[in-house]
Amino acid sequence: MKLPIFMDHHSTTPVDPRVLEAMLPYFTEKFGNAASRNHVFGWEAEEAVEQARKQIAKLIHADPKEIVFTSGATESDNLALKGVLEMYREKGTHIITSSTEHRAVLDTAKSLEAKGLATVTYLPVDKYGMVNPDDVRTAITDKTILISIMLANNEIGTINPVAEIGKIAKANGILFHCDATQGVGKIPVDVQAMGIDLMSFSAHKIYGPKGVGALYVRKKSPRVRLVPQMDGGGHERGMRSGTLPVPLIVGFGKACELCEVEMATEAPRIAAMRDRLQTSILKAVEETYVNGHPTERLPGNLNLSFAYVEGESLLMGMKDIALSSGSACTSATLEPSYVLRALGVGTELAHSSIRFGIGRFNTDEEIDYTIKKVIEVVTRLREMSPLYEMAKEGIDLKSVQWAAH
Amino acid sequence: MAYSDKVIDHFNNPRNMGSFGKDEEGVGTGMVGAPECGDVMKLQIKVQDNRIVDAKFKTFGCGSAIASSSLATEWLKGKTLEEAQQIKNTDIVQELNLPPVKIHCSVLAEDAIKAALADYQKKAAAKTSSGSSQ
Repeated sequence: MKLPIFMDHHSTTPVDPRVLEAMLPYFTEKFGNAASRNHVFGWEAEEAVEQARKQIAKLIHADPKEIVFTSGATESDNLALKGVLEMYREKGTHIITSSTEHRAVLDTAKSLEAKGLATVTYLPVDKYGMVNPDDVRTAITDKTILISIMLANNEIGTINPVAEIGKIAKANGILFHCDATQGVGKIPVDVQAMGIDLMSFSAHKIYGPKGVGALYVRKKSPRVRLVPQMDGGGHERGMRSGTLPVPLIVGFGKACELCEVEMATEAPRIAAMRDRLQTSILKAVEETYVNGHPTERLPGNLNLSFAYVEGESLLMGMKDIALSSGSACTSATLEPSYVLRALGVGTELAHSSIRFGIGRFNTDEEIDYTIKKVIEVVTRLREMSPLYEMAKEGIDLKSVQWAAH
Repeated sequence: MAYSDKVIDHFNNPRNMGSFGKDEEGVGTGMVGAPECGDVMKLQIKVQDNRIVDAKFKTFGCGSAIASSSLATEWLKGKTLEEAQQIKNTDIVQELNLPPVKIHCSVLAEDAIKAALADYQKKAAAKTSSGSSQ
C-alpha cells in the first residue's frame, strides 16, 4: 500500500489511465480546431468531439445535440441560471433553490438577487439534507421561472428526490435545472425520467480531466433557450462561444463511457467499502454521528462528526490520508460548513466533521488503514480535549457559560 | 495550509498535556474559547512561593491551537507570576511561525494564561481573607 492515500473523491478524481490514453493523440497529431470546416485536421477534431458528445449523452439519456460544453460545472451553473433569467425575464424573475446547493448555484443566485434581476427562495432541507418536494410546490409563484435543485450533495452525499421535483416543475410549466456534478457517473441519471431541463456536470469528478464540463440543455418539450454568457464565434449552438478543448472533451467522453459500462459493478463495490468504513468506526468510536441520509446517499460518501474533537486537528493527525473537513479552520471563510448547519447539526459538531470520499482506485487495504488511523487519532485527541474531560465528568457542555473570544 | 515544523512537533508530542486535580493546592485554572467557535483551551498552573512550578493544558481546536497551548505550558514553568503576565501572543506567533489566519490561536493562549493567573490570584486572595478572619 502506498501513502498518502487519496480519499477525497468529492473534490476531484485522478484521470483514469484509459481516459488519458484516449486523450493523448488529440494534443499532438490530431490537434485540429473542431470548428475548422475545410481540412482534415478540423474534420478529425470535430469527429472526436461528436463521438464524445454521444458517449456523454448516452450516460444521461439525452440527445447528443443537447450537450453544451463548458469549462466545468461552475460555468454550467452560471450559464443555466443567468442564461435562463435573461432569456425569460418577461415571464418572471423568481428562482427556487435550496440552502445546501453548491456555492456555484448559491452565489450565482445571490449575484442575480444583488443586481435586482431575480428574487430567490432558498428552501430548507430536512435533518438528512433532503429537499421536500412539497416545499418546492408551495414556494411556486406566478413569477417562478426556474427551479434549481442539486442531485446529490457534495459534502453529505444526500440524493434529492429529483424525479418528483421534475414532475412538479413540468406540471407548473417551470424550467428545472439540476446540478448533478456529484451524481453523474456514480448513480443512474436519466434526464427524461427525472424531468430535467438543464443539468450541470463535470469531467474531473468522474475520472476525466479538469477544465471541461457540460450543460445539458433540453431541445424539445420544452425547447430551452438561453442567453449566452460568453460571446464570440457562436460555438455550441450559440450558447457558449470559445474553441472547444478537444483533448479534454475526448477524455470527458471516455470517462462517461467507462462510468456507463462499469457503474453496475463499481457502485456496489465502493458502497461496500464505505459501509465497512462506517460500521467499523461507529462500532469503535462512541459519540460519532453520520451526517447525511442513511440510505439515499452517494455510494462513496461518508461524513462523520466526532464529538469533542476539532476537524482540522483530526486531518492533521491523519496527514497521510487525504480527507476534508467541515471545520471552520479548513475553510477560507472561517465559518463552519453551511451544509451541516442547514441540517441542524450543532456548530460544535460541524467543527468536528470529516468527509470521506471513496473512489474507483481505493482498496480494502486502504480502508483498513483508515479505520485504524481514525480510531487512533480520535482517541488521542479526545484525551487532549477539555470538552471530552468535562463530558466524562458528567458536565452538560450546553449549560457551561463559555468565555466568548 | 502547510504547518511549521514546530507546530507539527507540538501537535505530535504535546508538552504537559493533562489536568491537575481541581482541589490541588496552589492550582489556577483558565478556560477560554467556546465549542461553537471551534476552540476551547484549558490551561492550569501550579504555584509555589510566587513561582509556577508546573503547568498543564488540554485543548479542543486545530493543530495551531494545540501547539500554542502546549508551548505556553513550556514557557510558564519556572516563571514568577509577574513574568508569566508578560507572555504575549506575538511571542507565540513568532516562535511557532503562525500564519495570519492562525493568530487567533495565539491570542487564545495568551487569554488562557491570563485567566489561569487571575484564577490563582482569586483563590489565593480568598484563602488569605478567610485565614485572617479566623
